[in-house]
Amino acid sequence: MITHLWINNEEAVAIILFGIGFTMLLFQKNLLKKLIGMNIMDTGTFLFLASMGYIEGRRPPIVENGVLERSAYINPVPAGLVLTGIVVSVSVTAIMLSLTVRLYKRYHTLDIDEMYERSKHAAEDR
Amino acid sequence: MKKAFHRFYNLIAVICCLLLIGVLLYAVSMLPHYGQENPRSVEVVERYVHDGLEETGATNIVAGMILDYRAFDTLGESHVLFTALICVIILLGKDVKNMRREYDGYYTVEYESYHKLADDKILRLVGYILLPCLFLFGIYILLNGQLSPGGGFSGGAIMGAALIIFAAAFGFETVDKVFTEKVLKGVTFVSLAFYSFAKGYVFFTGANGLENHVPKGEPGMILSGGLILPLDIAVGMVVACTMYGFYSLFRRGSIGHDHTFMDQQ
Amino acid sequence: MEFITNFPLFTIVLSLFSGVLCYMLKPRVAKIYTLVYEGFLILLVSAVLYYVLATGQAFTYVMGEFPAPWGNEIRAGVLEAMIALCFLIVMICSVSAGFRFLKTDMDESKLNLYFTLVNLMTAALMSLVWTNDLFTGYVFLEILTLTSCGVLIVREIGRTSLAAVRYMILNLLGSGLFLLGVVLLYDLTGHLLMVPMKETIAELATDPAVLPVIGVAVGILTIGLSIKSGLFPFHFWMPDTYGWATPTSAALLSSLVSKAYIFLLFKTYYRAIGIDVLQQLPIRHVLLVLGAMGIVVGSLQAIHTNNLNHMVAYSSAAQIGYIYMGIGLGGVAGYTAAMFHVMAHAITKSQLFLTTPRLAEVAGGNLKFQDLQGSALKTRVAGFYFTIGAFSMIGIPIFAGFSSKLQFALAAVTGAGIKRILIVMLALAVSSMLNALYFVMTLIRIYTPDGDNNRSVMTHHHINYHLPMLLLTAANLLLGLRCDLIVDLIGKGLAMFG
Repeated sequence: MITHLWINNEEAVAIILFGIGFTMLLFQKNLLKKLIGMNIMDTGTFLFLASMGYIEGRRPPIVENGVLERSAYINPVPAGLVLTGIVVSVSVTAIMLSLTVRLYKRYHTLDIDEMYERSKHAAEDR
Repeated sequence: MKKAFHRFYNLIAVICCLLLIGVLLYAVSMLPHYGQENPRSVEVVERYVHDGLEETGATNIVAGMILDYRAFDTLGESHVLFTALICVIILLGKDVKNMRREYDGYYTVEYESYHKLADDKILRLVGYILLPCLFLFGIYILLNGQLSPGGGFSGGAIMGAALIIFAAAFGFETVDKVFTEKVLKGVTFVSLAFYSFAKGYVFFTGANGLENHVPKGEPGMILSGGLILPLDIAVGMVVACTMYGFYSLFRRGSIGHDHTFMDQQ
Repeated sequence: MEFITNFPLFTIVLSLFSGVLCYMLKPRVAKIYTLVYEGFLILLVSAVLYYVLATGQAFTYVMGEFPAPWGNEIRAGVLEAMIALCFLIVMICSVSAGFRFLKTDMDESKLNLYFTLVNLMTAALMSLVWTNDLFTGYVFLEILTLTSCGVLIVREIGRTSLAAVRYMILNLLGSGLFLLGVVLLYDLTGHLLMVPMKETIAELATDPAVLPVIGVAVGILTIGLSIKSGLFPFHFWMPDTYGWATPTSAALLSSLVSKAYIFLLFKTYYRAIGIDVLQQLPIRHVLLVLGAMGIVVGSLQAIHTNNLNHMVAYSSAAQIGYIYMGIGLGGVAGYTAAMFHVMAHAITKSQLFLTTPRLAEVAGGNLKFQDLQGSALKTRVAGFYFTIGAFSMIGIPIFAGFSSKLQFALAAVTGAGIKRILIVMLALAVSSMLNALYFVMTLIRIYTPDGDNNRSVMTHHHINYHLPMLLLTAANLLLGLRCDLIVDLIGKGLAMFG
């Protein structure tokens, strides 16, 4: 398993990044740090995709000099998937940041547990 | 008691996360080797690369793939950004209801802060030099999506960034003279509606075996790739508007100049 | 006739366009437009259902000119059309019946944005139902996540924002895991479309060294979607999310969004992984056990809570458990029961969530049980609709809930080992008892006079409320009384699903 992991080292690093982001998103109390974790998680997935499509010694998938052989270019599919993933990640980050802004204005803290604690005392929320 | 439970819960959760990473690493070790071609993906890639130029007219194989072969995914993707814009408007846009709560200390919007920033001389000078280049570069990337790396999303993001620098250096008042909320709404609507209907037309003709009247153009030239160029422009417009919309909403709680609330101050 | 095959495409593209259009419209116009448009979609999907029943086979629709392994595809069969129809009916009813609360929860000037989100959500739901491509599934799953967050946060109080943050975080974890699962499957098979992926996986699964990797990919995908739909250990976000949302959003989130995730999971199992391969993996046992545990734990928590909306939300957790139990049971009978329950629960739960705020309204806007005493006497209409929903949840014959419990029992008895029969029967028995306990207690509470005899505080309900509620009641009775018909249709759908 270790030798295989060594061959697939880039994918392995991507998975570890994914795991770090996942754990941060789950356990950080601070909303901003949670968001950073989410972005690390997404980046890990993109790295995984990018390294999956990479083939040694080949060029990026843009036709040059009319060469139409598959063996000249790397796999274009993961690149397309990464593009979609990035757009989704940007959108989600924007929404989460604006939620954070609203919550900060309401509770004056970024700690999510503290927010729950304060929401119990707010009259409006019952 | 509760603290002990919390600690126990955290311990279990950390173990679960480590387990997840371990299992994933195991899976990775069994995957096809890094840096070599995955024999199972050959069938699909062969057509994208070999016939892509002829079937889509795009030199950039990735652009041909995402805007022609797998265009349905990209149609959804451009609406993801639009959905995010709507959500941010709901969250941060000022309205009568959340303004009323402001007096209970619920929603405090800083009206003054963004007027001040516009006086920065360095920012203005850099803006004068940088902005024309940025807009040109954005347009270049937008228009060459079918020929080289780039396309709607990247070009639109650069233009959106240029708009943001513009607003930061010269103040929102300058941007508001041209780029009002109405313009943003209109551009977004026209672009997305065009996208939906153009792609709907292609899906419809393709599935029913009808002839598709979109000219493919000559590969390698700017006007090539059939619908890819117009779609890239549409996507670029949406992305630029959305980026600027995010910035404006975060800074002042509205996209254009907000008459109802600003003038009361 | 042939033209009907285009309708699934129209439901998606027109919904996306309607979403963008509602951004431009005035709020009042947007509401009318959305209701008319949803009605139009119901007609389209009914036509598709009629068409696939008449031809007796499902059809695939190529999106563009490029066929299966290269281009995107959507696909429609009896099962897909039925689920889509059920989703649309619940959607139009929720939007219409909850509108009055939406107006008070949200600023007037932003109301059109809500309808934008509703239309985009429709597009996402339709795509998830029709899709034949895993990556399309991921893209529209993200649209569904964002729109569901959007409809949740329209209510501008602190608790809703807190619930939304928690809901979003869990959903993001789920999306991340789902994407990783899809990517792993792509790396293994080299395909993203479901049909070629299934063929490749069937070939790969014969190699005992690769089977565990498929198991990991499928497992991660399953964890992702079960977080998003709220299976047992991940159900803790439900009460806050459903309890603090505006009624329409609560109905949409509990009846449609979570069901769409489950349907996507089911579709992935059936069409991308293949049931034969799934039988070799331990996942179905885990789903069975977690489903059964979810039923019991959800019901216990529902008894424990002191808030009507939270009670209904916890009962949702239990009902999600039923569906996963059906998928875990496997076999045609198990899947039939699960799909039947998807529809039964969508119809019943939306009815409950659209009724509870009206009961609370006459009780001074409070959802605490002690304040709700006698509320059904003050607004008899809402009390009546709540009673129907509660009866269906308890599982009284002639209502949908009874039929689906019957289906689960039948599925357990036919073709399962003794251990599985025991688990399912035990879960069914315990949950029926607990369900009856807390819903009957609630019914007694709301029908007990509370002393002050002001019977008609607010008895006037608009036709916008009556019509959808009657429609949901009729659908509930249809599922309850003619369950043989529906089961027969699901059977046909499953036969052409694989």
